Amino acid sequence: MNIVYAFAVLGGLGLLIGGLLSYAAQRFAVEEDERVEIVADVLPNANCGACGYPGCINFAEKVVAGDAPVDSCIPGGKAVSDRICEILGLETVASDVRKVAVIFCLGTKDVAPDKFEYHGVPDCKAAMMYGGGFKVCEYGCLGLGTCVEACPFDALSMGEDGLPVVDWERCTGCGICVKACPRGVIRIMDVDQPTRVVLCNSKARGRATRNACEVGCIGCKACVRACPQEAVVVEDFLAYIDPAKCNFCGECIDACKRDIIKELDLTKEPDLAKTV
Amino acid sequence: MSLLAIIFVAILADNIVFNQFLGICPYLGVSKRLETSLGMGIAVIFVMAMSAVVTWLVYNYILFPHLVYLRTIVFILIIAGLVQLVETILKKTNPTLFRALGIFLPLITTNCTILGVAILNVQAEHNIIETIVYSISVAVGFTIALVIMAGIRERLDLANVSSLLRGAAVSLVTAGILSLAFMGFKGMMTL
Repeated sequence: MNIVYAFAVLGGLGLLIGGLLSYAAQRFAVEEDERVEIVADVLPNANCGACGYPGCINFAEKVVAGDAPVDSCIPGGKAVSDRICEILGLETVASDVRKVAVIFCLGTKDVAPDKFEYHGVPDCKAAMMYGGGFKVCEYGCLGLGTCVEACPFDALSMGEDGLPVVDWERCTGCGICVKACPRGVIRIMDVDQPTRVVLCNSKARGRATRNACEVGCIGCKACVRACPQEAVVVEDFLAYIDPAKCNFCGECIDACKRDIIKELDLTKEPDLAKTV
Repeated sequence: MSLLAIIFVAILADNIVFNQFLGICPYLGVSKRLETSLGMGIAVIFVMAMSAVVTWLVYNYILFPHLVYLRTIVFILIIAGLVQLVETILKKTNPTLFRALGIFLPLITTNCTILGVAILNVQAEHNIIETIVYSISVAVGFTIALVIMAGIRERLDLANVSSLLRGAAVSLVTAGILSLAFMGFKGMMTL
């Protein structure tokens, strides 16, 4: 008799819970757009957050609902954006601008000396808390590789000379490393056509930069005078080149006494640091 | 026994993780980041309070006294069904909370802490009020354990750990030391 009770209680409870669940499943059904799944499959699924949403699935939800622009996925670029448009039946909108991260510092271990020996946690952000970093230069790369750790695409590696190297094949221009770098050394550049860049981040005065680093921009304005297009400006003792005005004549490269203006050309040598 | 004593014992003296060694899996698995460990902790508090009440009712009004041996299987059935039910309802009625609890809700279904507390409640012959207080306190104790561990592990990530100990090894050593520390509360009071 006991076994009948046991059977009845267990079976009854199972039936009750099963019934409740199936009732709830119908009563509280949430309609999910099946396109969300399809869009999520197209996305890189790196969950990098460059689109402004915490993960790829959240972006997929928003884009299907029409709340996010279809070309927000930076790592996916035009290819992914076109696929999304295809799925959602929209006109293609994305431009095919290739973006990569560029390290705006040439201060290797040899040319940019240390202020003191740092034996702390091997992380740039931690090093910054200690006297504002261990390099004499207050703007340059510390070379502890916080950006390398942060990169979701394995596009960054730490070179032997103490500067990170960007693998342009892998870099998607997502900008995660830009946020990770406590010194703001990394910038995202459009590299569709060759550009000239001043590879320095030092906003210190000329003399201070000269003491801190052999390859820092001292704001001498030789490049400004040399440029026939007036594309170069010096702000805070640091030269910038306006890619819109630059006609790639190369005068500034010859004029720079510190030899820190480089050609940024995706089709050529991808490793800028090695062209020094 | 006074409810205050129950709260003290459940959170500190008999901490479910440190002294009873239940819920070790999420304790080590979900304690990598402070944010996720808090999410898990809140989800556990929520589910624990609910499941303890329902299992208590079922035990005292259906199983007791003839079918007590069915306790374990019935509790598992109830907890699994209940969590599923809550998940379905939450998804519809409160998507924000649903997203906040996220993956933790289904994970908790098979969490031994929940089943453990349901069984401890009936073993200790708590009445319904004591059951609710005890369950929430245990869950709070679990959350505290998780948050302490996550805080330490976030720092460990930055620390220069010897390659021998890196990863799981140093986490287990940390867990052991933490457990030893909580042993200090044990002598103060027992249930």
